[in-house]
Amino acid sequence: MRIMKKLLSIILTVIIAAAIFAGCGAETAGPNEIGIGINYELSGEVASYGQASVSGIELAIEEINAAGGINGKLIKPFKYDNKSDKSQATTLTKKLMTQHKVSIVLGPATSGAFKATIPEATKNKVVVASGSTTAEGVTSDENGVKEFAFRICFSDLYQGTAMANYALKNMSATKAVIIMDNSSDYGKGLAENFKKTFEAGGGTIVATEAFVGGDTDFNAILTKIKGQEFDVIFIPGYYNEAGLIIKQARELGINSAILGADGFGAPELVELAGKSALNNVFFSSHFSVLDKNPAVSDFIANYNAKYGKDPDQFAALGYDLVYFVADAIKRAGSTDPVAIKDALAATKDFPGITGTFSIDENHDPVKDVIVVGFKDGEHATSERVEQ
Amino acid sequence: MEQLLQQAINGISLGSIYALIALGYTMVYGIIKLINFAHSDVYMLGAYFGYVCMTSFKLDFLPSLLISMILCTLTGVIVEKVAYKPLRNATRIAVLITAIGVSLFIEYVTMAIAGANVRSYPPQKGLFAQSVNLGNINITMQQIIIVSITIILMVLLQFIVKKTRIGKAMRAVSIDSDAAELMGINVNTTISFTFALGSALAGAAGIMVGIYYNSINPLMGMLPGLKAFVAAVFGGIGIIPGAMIGGYFIGIVEVLVSGYSNSMYRDGVVFAILILVLILKPAGLLGKNTREKV
Repeated sequence: MRIMKKLLSIILTVIIAAAIFAGCGAETAGPNEIGIGINYELSGEVASYGQASVSGIELAIEEINAAGGINGKLIKPFKYDNKSDKSQATTLTKKLMTQHKVSIVLGPATSGAFKATIPEATKNKVVVASGSTTAEGVTSDENGVKEFAFRICFSDLYQGTAMANYALKNMSATKAVIIMDNSSDYGKGLAENFKKTFEAGGGTIVATEAFVGGDTDFNAILTKIKGQEFDVIFIPGYYNEAGLIIKQARELGINSAILGADGFGAPELVELAGKSALNNVFFSSHFSVLDKNPAVSDFIANYNAKYGKDPDQFAALGYDLVYFVADAIKRAGSTDPVAIKDALAATKDFPGITGTFSIDENHDPVKDVIVVGFKDGEHATSERVEQ
Repeated sequence: MEQLLQQAINGISLGSIYALIALGYTMVYGIIKLINFAHSDVYMLGAYFGYVCMTSFKLDFLPSLLISMILCTLTGVIVEKVAYKPLRNATRIAVLITAIGVSLFIEYVTMAIAGANVRSYPPQKGLFAQSVNLGNINITMQQIIIVSITIILMVLLQFIVKKTRIGKAMRAVSIDSDAAELMGINVNTTISFTFALGSALAGAAGIMVGIYYNSINPLMGMLPGLKAFVAAVFGGIGIIPGAMIGGYFIGIVEVLVSGYSNSMYRDGVVFAILILVLILKPAGLLGKNTREKV
């Protein structure tokens, strides 16, 4: 009996050890292939972001491979689900870099998880790149730029600058009112950037009002600004409060243009504000299906053919991310991760479907912002605003 | 001047909501000396009942209002029977903690059923979508309806409390429940009736807020509930006209602070008023200073 037990434990140990070592023999890209790791949130709380991103990524890889690959080499993707979990994302990044020996890792989609994988990228000297991490300080912090991290979306706060330029140049506005969400960094940062750019461009901020997340009554502050003269209202905040502000402003007879950032880009905004209130309202976005650019219409058609629905901004950014990486690999003429890193950092005027961009010294893109306009509650117009 | 009038209208609309909620706090406190924290969640439920009536059953405002008030009345009575009645002779702190428990229970059960996200009422048509313009002053029909319904309900409440037998019983129990019982008044029925009245008013406030602001969520009762409580204390807790005055006062103060000073100070000022009232006139505006008899 005792011997049996011992035997059993030895067998178990061997099985476990085998399972662990089996990982070491993981598949790597062949000599005529380029290994690319895909580390996205395919399940868990932010699965919709990850799934849409991967749809765009896979479409792009398919297109590139069908066209003969990059420098004659086909892309070999290694796809994993990080389950919307930071530590899982880090483990997968390590696995992709050390076992699958990929040339670059794409993802995760969210800022927190992406940040968690950067130390692993720095250690293994392989780039991690993402299309949708919009938080501040993802690719650089007070210690300078993070050498092996790149993103191709503009940051949250960049939109404050972009919308100020839109107001000044496209709407010829000179006077603006800011109604800001004072309870989020998003709202405060956007307001600050808007103010800086708007005043530098010769505009005046007539009034700055504030609210906190969860407020529902904005009649008092709207009545207060109604008596003043201004061209536009900028609302840096999320759709919950922004929707109600728009509704109450229109009810009070304030019909001036209202500007916002990507916090407006949710269908709930339309429900809260009501369709009739959503006229002369504009917000910044990464991507719009209304974009008239021919490359965008091709992308939308191909995406529709493969998945049977319109792409969202995550899919568009995922699609751009692959082409952005492919462009760098082509210029580097090598699959060496460090050479790819240098080529990515040197990217100039890359024509993406989410806008043409160059990579700056902080590994952020300098790119166009797409401004979407509402008419009777529908997205009706889309303009690219150059920075 | 125009702006002041417009702000006053905004303040009265907001104050009506606070006043309706405050009445429930004050009546329950008057009769069993309990701060019923679950009251603000009955108000939230009122908004959700109204939402269901209007979206799933496509009812108009008035039937939705009535159904919502009836369902809230039932909720209020059930809460009283299940959570507070067994604790009738327990310490006041035990009942208070139970009230907080009931409040959280209602909030999170609603969240589990309806989800945590914000919902919006269906777009209002006809009369409700209109507004009246007097020069530069804009009054929406919704504001007019909120204020008129509030006034009708308050008059009705005054009538019930002052002119009916059950109202007389309520007043008797609030003065001395033991003596009232000796006089043959059914104290339990009277307490249930008080909860029913307060909850019906909270339900009405809930559905009107749903229409007015077009945004409801399971935690929407927290802050308005606290402010209505401040309103009840301001007017003198346990005193019905005090709650009305307190509600309107808090609503108007809030709007004036946002309108003529910094909107970020709004909530701060409201709670500063609570502290001041408690220091200067602990029994509230209409309260009488009664000495505790030993």
